[in-house]
Amino acid sequence: MNHRLLPLASRLRRELFATPLDGLISVGLVVGLGAGLQALLHWALTQADWAVVQANSTLLVVGRYPLEQQWRLWLLTALLCGAAGITWGLLRGRGWPRSDRLAAAVLLVLGVVLPASLGLTAPIQQRWWWITGLLLLGRWAAGCWGAALPLRWRRLLPLAWPVLYLLGLGLIGGGLGLMTVRPSQWGGLLLTLIEASFAILVCFPLGIALALGRRSALPLLRWCSTLYIEFIRGAPLITLLFLGQNILGFLLPGGLAPDRVWRAAWILTCFAAAYVAEAVRAGLAALPRGQWEAARSLGLNMAQTLLHVVLPQALRVALPATVGQFITLLQDTTLLSLIGLLDLLGVARAVMANPEFLGRNAEVYLVLAVLFWCCCAALGLGSRALEHRLNRHSLRSEP
Amino acid sequence: MNTPWWRNRRLLPLLVQAVVGLLVLVTIALLLGNLVRNLSAAGLLLSWRWLNLPAGFDISETLLPFNAELPYWRALLAGLVNTVRVVLIGLIGATALGTLVGSAAFSSNGLLRRLSRTYVELIRNVPLLLQLLFWYFVVFLSLPNGTAAIQLPWAVLAKSGLYLGSTQLIDGVWHGSLRITLEFAALLTGLIIHSGAFIAEVVRGGVAAVPRGQWEAARSLGFTPGQTLSRIVLPQALRVIVPGLNSQYISLAKNSSLAVACGYSDLYSVAETTLNQTGRAVEVVLILLGTYLAIDLIISLLMNRLNQLVQIQER
Amino acid sequence: MALRQRLLISLAGLFGLALAGCASDEGSLQSQKMALIKGRGELICGVQGTLPGFSSVEGDGSYVGLDVDICRATAAAVLGDPGKVQYRDLNPSERFAALASGEVDLLSRNTTYTLSRDAAGGNGLSFAPVVFYDGQGLMVPKASGITDIKGLSGKPICVETGTTSELNLADRMRELKQPYTPLKFQTSDQTYAAYLQGRCAAVTTDRSQLAAKRTGFPNPGDHVLLPDVISKEPLAPATVNGDPLWSDAVRWTIYALMQAEELGITQANVEAKVSEARANPNLADLRRFLGIEGDFGQQLGLSPDFVVQAIRAVGNYGEVFERNVGSGSVLRLERGLNRSWKSGGLIYAPPFR
Repeated sequence: MNHRLLPLASRLRRELFATPLDGLISVGLVVGLGAGLQALLHWALTQADWAVVQANSTLLVVGRYPLEQQWRLWLLTALLCGAAGITWGLLRGRGWPRSDRLAAAVLLVLGVVLPASLGLTAPIQQRWWWITGLLLLGRWAAGCWGAALPLRWRRLLPLAWPVLYLLGLGLIGGGLGLMTVRPSQWGGLLLTLIEASFAILVCFPLGIALALGRRSALPLLRWCSTLYIEFIRGAPLITLLFLGQNILGFLLPGGLAPDRVWRAAWILTCFAAAYVAEAVRAGLAALPRGQWEAARSLGLNMAQTLLHVVLPQALRVALPATVGQFITLLQDTTLLSLIGLLDLLGVARAVMANPEFLGRNAEVYLVLAVLFWCCCAALGLGSRALEHRLNRHSLRSEP
Repeated sequence: MNTPWWRNRRLLPLLVQAVVGLLVLVTIALLLGNLVRNLSAAGLLLSWRWLNLPAGFDISETLLPFNAELPYWRALLAGLVNTVRVVLIGLIGATALGTLVGSAAFSSNGLLRRLSRTYVELIRNVPLLLQLLFWYFVVFLSLPNGTAAIQLPWAVLAKSGLYLGSTQLIDGVWHGSLRITLEFAALLTGLIIHSGAFIAEVVRGGVAAVPRGQWEAARSLGFTPGQTLSRIVLPQALRVIVPGLNSQYISLAKNSSLAVACGYSDLYSVAETTLNQTGRAVEVVLILLGTYLAIDLIISLLMNRLNQLVQIQER
Repeated sequence: MALRQRLLISLAGLFGLALAGCASDEGSLQSQKMALIKGRGELICGVQGTLPGFSSVEGDGSYVGLDVDICRATAAAVLGDPGKVQYRDLNPSERFAALASGEVDLLSRNTTYTLSRDAAGGNGLSFAPVVFYDGQGLMVPKASGITDIKGLSGKPICVETGTTSELNLADRMRELKQPYTPLKFQTSDQTYAAYLQGRCAAVTTDRSQLAAKRTGFPNPGDHVLLPDVISKEPLAPATVNGDPLWSDAVRWTIYALMQAEELGITQANVEAKVSEARANPNLADLRRFLGIEGDFGQQLGLSPDFVVQAIRAVGNYGEVFERNVGSGSVLRLERGLNRSWKSGGLIYAPPFR
């Protein structure tokens, strides 16, 4: 007992009370943090009124999406979770390592305990149970029998996700016999996710093209790319969004300008592309010139050199910065509320304008902040995990 | 041996550039053509004369004297001065905070180290706009007024503003030698705390880049940890920090345009009002883009000079 | 080098051609807008969206209000179906650009009719008849003890940016030589939030809007409208300037609603009136108005029975008023200036002749 406590005590001493000044700082911090934490808890447990979030949960999640069409969103969530489970299973195989067991436990808690504690209605709670079950079932099934599938099928897996994405957009928007739900009716978290995912998916190739253009040997390409990148990076996003809402209509022939929602999505995309281009350019710059020359002298042509030699290495270097840009992009979607779109923050502000929930700003902002924090932190964690994995691979492949 | 034309090393680049140039030119021509046609259809051909017309609206707080009789360009100038004001103070505040927090990551005190990490991770993963709205609508707008105002030895925080220096209450209204409006205070707080987290990361990266031996050498010469950091390590870390600071400063300047969310009359907010009252969308957007580009360029130029200084000292 | 020069010259030539091609198709009298709307099968209408009585969203996502009814009546007149409207919520800041760039066909968003908004050298809009005569007022908390505009000297006043309200406020305060601080917000949500949190001594906008917003406050009785009316605010729908045919169609659809009130035609009796007019060739005025005789609809580029369609959709002007802002609504506004001229108001339709 004593010798287990001792290291802790000595560690505490080393970390907190190494010098008198350190001790003073530590005591000050502990007192300050304690007071802050106590005030926060006091507010959260006694003064906060979470009815504003509960009563408007549907609005916050999907905005004005027609109620009778919401089964499409549930279907999409189920499809996405199923696909995620299967992908997970295929990647991991039969075993359940410790990290997977932990993830499964967290998912179970999220899927079962969270809906119950939020006070959602019974049918919605059950839907979440089913969806969580589907995810874990997909993991289990794909883990058990995934290896038995023909290789050609498993190769199709990366293709399944883009198809699923397009299918999802189709499900959300309607058409082909489904009732159309216009972009102006999308809102809340749904709109935020659509805008962010679209912009992330499209800005990535665009950014790579711009980065290659900026490092190109052809002067015209170089100038155009540089001009574009510097112009975009010099302007605040809000002025570009403002330009998109107020001037794009003048620039395109009448009636051809996309809907406001898509217009904002394209502006976000073009904006993020310039920053991604800079991240990728740094990756390209880090690549020794010899790589190009070696690949060319092996007889690979330009496109092959780019695809098989240059880009894989450059993108690996650029990965952390690029994901950092994606995180910023996800946060930047909040600016849509300033140009009158009902993204998550826009809906939240509309909710708070409802006199019934006046002065309940803190609760709503806190929920939004936690949501954004979780999404962004998850992206950051994912990026670090991927980086780790890629680095391990690169080390192994080297002789 | 005859190389086919698509393998011709001299023709091919020219051809590619010609195609790209043509595409770019045609796109620009189409866009401009549409712009001119649509604008003339709406009777809004490009013109700058309206800049000299009286603005007709007031601005809540300005450093330059402004009233509704003065022309639009004066209004925009007053907005620009407001932007510069918040950016300058914000830069100083964020740099101070960022340096403190970034240095705290190397403290011998474990609690301080963890707190520094927590602060950075917390702030970087929450959108700035959300933070600004929080500061304005949740924190500053819920300050009490009159006698209930929060009174500190050197300041009074009330709903009618923050009063610094010698303060007194006359007829239920606070007076002080310096009054800061809640809008400005909220914007400044939000910007400093947000940019501070990013600058802390830059500082941390810079300090981490200084070889470990420098720390040990300084300690063995008898410097205290604080002295080591401020006299030995930070000056060397500047070489890595300054380029990183440049981009953080630029993004702080651009982020100041979110002032519109908390009611502070910066350049963007005045420009938006101007657009409404004149309908001159294209001109106003051109002014906005040009001005922010100029601000960015000035910051970049200054930071490049600073960078040169730092690099020369290093040799 | 020579190759490069030739390339450059041909590029410049192409550029010129493209520019020339862009500048040449103009000047027919056909309404492009109306053709576009009919082709699309839908009218895009810009509204405020959060203003009870004028335009707000019901629980089921449908829009209601006086401004909304103007959109519905126009859609009925042009497309024959009041439901064929797509609504766009617009900020004051974006409304004119949205109209000018063609993003919305019709702006029905409690917009004040002013010279500079109408003039080609200003915002360049084309205004339809005024559908609501209003005036700008100020609202203060009852507890503040302020009784008129003079009491607001030196105080912060919340106002929505990009409105005539902010200009009128500046004018009026200049006249009174009173200092004040205008706190400007982009949306009405933020404006009222700041007012209710006590940041401003008063909030100012059109009196009808103040009354409408006050109904939603936790304690409406705690807030009073000051007696000062600081401006004239005739609220009118607007269309873009360059398409007179489209503007006329909107203008006369609205006049038709006003004329219907004069003639006593309501949503309930419009069918009866039509069969009465059909049966009796002597009712020439009524027959022309309802499109049984003459070609008014055709002259405007609309169907002959556009008046009937519009009335069937929303009723006459009086019904629209009472249902949305008058006795049939929570706002309970007096008709005041918005009575028909026959009862001493300003609502007056030129002859359908």
